[in-house]
Amino acid sequence: MKFFISIILTVLLAFAFGLYLPWWSIALAAFMVSALIPVKPGWAFLVGFISLFLLWGGLAWFQSVNNNHILAHRMSQVILKEDDPAKLTLFAALIGGVIGGFAALSGRLFRTLLR
Amino acid sequence: MRILFFLLALATTIALVVILDTTKLLPAPLGRWLSPQQGIWQNAESLDHDYNANLTIPGLKGNTEVYFDERLVPHIFSDNEEDPYFVQGYLHAKFRLWQMEFQTHFISGRISEIVGDAGIKSDRGFRRMGITSAAESSLAFMEKDEVMRQTMDAYTAGVNAYIENLPESQLPIEYKLLGYKPEKWTNLKSVLFFKAMSYDLVGGDDDFEQTNLLKILGEADYNFLFPQAEDSLSPIIPKGIPFTKSAEIPLAPADADSVYFHRRDSLWFTQEFKPDPDNGSNNWVVSGSKTKSGKPILCNDPHLSLSLPSIWMEMQITTPTSNAYGVTFPGLPIVVIGFNDYIAFGVTNAGRELKDYYEIRFRDASRTEYWFNNAWKKADLRIEQISVKGSAPFIDTVAYTVFGPVIYDKTFKDKLNQNKAYALSWIAHYPSNPLKMWYQLNRAKNYNDYLDAVQYFNEPSQNIVFASKEGDIAIKQEGKFPLRWEGQGSFVMPGTDSSYMWKEFIPRQDNPFSHNPEQGYLSSANQRAVDTSYPYFIPGSYDMYRGVSINRRLSVMSNITPDDMKRLQNDNYNVFAEHMRPLMLRYVDRDRLSPEALRFLTLLEQWNLNSDIQETGPTIFENWVDSLRPALFRDELFRNDLPVIFPSDEIIAQSLIRDSSSFKFIDNTKTPETETLADILTSSLEKATPGLKKAEDDHRLEWGKFKNTSVYHLLRERMLPFGRLGLPIGGGKHIINATKQKNGPSWKMVIHMTTPTEAYGIYPGGQNGNPGSPFYDNTVLDWAKGQHYKLWVMQQNEKKDKRVKATMKFSS
Repeated sequence: MKFFISIILTVLLAFAFGLYLPWWSIALAAFMVSALIPVKPGWAFLVGFISLFLLWGGLAWFQSVNNNHILAHRMSQVILKEDDPAKLTLFAALIGGVIGGFAALSGRLFRTLLR
Repeated sequence: MRILFFLLALATTIALVVILDTTKLLPAPLGRWLSPQQGIWQNAESLDHDYNANLTIPGLKGNTEVYFDERLVPHIFSDNEEDPYFVQGYLHAKFRLWQMEFQTHFISGRISEIVGDAGIKSDRGFRRMGITSAAESSLAFMEKDEVMRQTMDAYTAGVNAYIENLPESQLPIEYKLLGYKPEKWTNLKSVLFFKAMSYDLVGGDDDFEQTNLLKILGEADYNFLFPQAEDSLSPIIPKGIPFTKSAEIPLAPADADSVYFHRRDSLWFTQEFKPDPDNGSNNWVVSGSKTKSGKPILCNDPHLSLSLPSIWMEMQITTPTSNAYGVTFPGLPIVVIGFNDYIAFGVTNAGRELKDYYEIRFRDASRTEYWFNNAWKKADLRIEQISVKGSAPFIDTVAYTVFGPVIYDKTFKDKLNQNKAYALSWIAHYPSNPLKMWYQLNRAKNYNDYLDAVQYFNEPSQNIVFASKEGDIAIKQEGKFPLRWEGQGSFVMPGTDSSYMWKEFIPRQDNPFSHNPEQGYLSSANQRAVDTSYPYFIPGSYDMYRGVSINRRLSVMSNITPDDMKRLQNDNYNVFAEHMRPLMLRYVDRDRLSPEALRFLTLLEQWNLNSDIQETGPTIFENWVDSLRPALFRDELFRNDLPVIFPSDEIIAQSLIRDSSSFKFIDNTKTPETETLADILTSSLEKATPGLKKAEDDHRLEWGKFKNTSVYHLLRERMLPFGRLGLPIGGGKHIINATKQKNGPSWKMVIHMTTPTEAYGIYPGGQNGNPGSPFYDNTVLDWAKGQHYKLWVMQQNEKKDKRVKATMKFSS
């Protein structure tokens, strides 16, 4: 249960931060949620990863679909050197996920320090 | 132990953020780019994006409404004369901010700020041309004109109103990808945009090459290969119209013969800053006597480097005194090519040479003094600090002389490494107020208003074509032109005394001009404006064949309709090939050709002389001519690898046709035999054959594929996926449809002077400069197909029309 609550909270907090703060504020969000709500230490990484994977992947895909992938077609050629909007979205989601995962893990280990 | 784990996890997180936020390890800050809330996804404009807005901006004079139609063309309606230009600035910024700033950064020598030290050479070059100091003096001149100052102030305020409220997430994508932010717009930047146009249109010259050629060839051969006017020239001003001469032509300096025309040394020098030589344009106008409706039709297609975002943005601007429709330059207020309810106007480049070099003798390496009129004269030193992304600023010192800035000297050499110093005299250094002409043309009602408007135009010199609903047609070549003695400025001039300087200018009333000629039409296509009866010396870089084509067609047309004019703009007939091919086919020695070359010759023979996409003839013709040029001239012209240029295609065709057996350049002087035209035609076709075979094997022998017309993003190779490459479109050099690989008709317009005005137009690109918008490149394929859109001149009472897709309201 805590696992799902953590995910929902991380997604919401990262989204709110993103409205006002630089892109890497997602790391702050993931860190804070896992420092405040303890899940089993091994699961913390997963909470951060899943939250940000879903948030970044979801937002990117949503915006790209509404755009008929016009920009993603172009940018995937710039970044991945191949025309594949889905792959570019997945790539964005993975970046969000990995940062979210390590940030959440850091938050969880920070909590154990204080105990 | 626990602390170690924590630190390890934290360090990994921080390292990941740093790596993905910077280019320290990766070539791109991928985290910043791919963040859905800040990065590129924010530029993915929704297909049903809502452009409606209600903006309250303090300082506006009244109310302005903007109606966007289906092609995102804004129709601006304002109750005063200033706010519409505020709104124009706002809309330019909203749709084209990055391009406006990038182009003005580029021309003012500030590109290193964006791309790092790769830009230093270009930045130094533009600064050494004196562009910014010229823009500053032009701005001071323009701002003395109250109306122009208000117009520019309003425009600048509009651009800045947009920038001020632009959140970082909404920055144009190029800023995000290149990692910088827009700065405030200024009136100076608008003037810099003008100077960019002047660089593109009157920034070309071959003075160094011509200096070498004169020495290599001698005066007689030089004048033969590089004459002032060709035999088959079809000038802009119909032959037989008398010219006025209200100024005395100055005498050449007494020592010109010895130190100028017959200088002893050669110039080991390459001029590296040259605009795209394919820049040019067509315009023409036919009077009611030649049209079906009895009303004039005016047409214009300016040929510029094809780019995305497009150089143009289409707009209708309605104020209490004007209702102008046409294309605008993001960066400038007012409609530049277009029409209103009474008249239509268009421009082509005059092609006159307005850039000269003077050889400067500095006293010493400090460049503080130079020899002038028998004394050492102080140079003004301007310090140029070039900011460079990722490294320390580059400091350059430019010496200004009485002639102009010293562009090349010991500290800024060309690649051949000569240690001479050259000052630049350029028409763009003179203060001018070209905006005033356009402001008045936007409001002109008749022929007299047109005449009144064009007198304000100094640079870049243009052929300004005109038609009115009253039935007048006219063309005038306008600009500020130095009054030259014969030969002045064709070669690099001595810079040690005042006798070689520009002193006076050709009186305005003597500029080439025609109004309602008997023939019922007027046209210009960058050819020499006048035949040799014109009393002044007017060197230039002219193109002859398009003018021949257009005039030949217009002269026989009658009952003309707008559709006829659209077809003429798309005409792919190659007059140069018409002149050259019979000669090539007649003299080439078939018996000596390889079977492969013979096959290509047969294909060329079968060609209908239209450079259409599916034809192979044009590919063979162009490649053959490309190998013929050096075969004719390399032995005589390329001595010791001194920089030179080839004679023009017009002169090659003219000389060979007139003189196929004894044209002296046919013989290759490097061989003991005396070659004939048959010899060099045969060997040059043979030489072109492997390349043609390769093209054929790659399935690109067809002209459209071989030519490979492409509209690149302004960042070119750095951002290929933002361009539209390999477009199926015919035409080419010397052809009315002047679409080359990277240059072509950047706007095609046909205006029928009926009431209401019947207007058509198209440019390759789209109204929105955002590569993530459906309006970024939506017109490219229609443009390539040769289509024109019908332009909607919206009326005040059509606000409810179903073509209106969004409304923006501006008030204070």
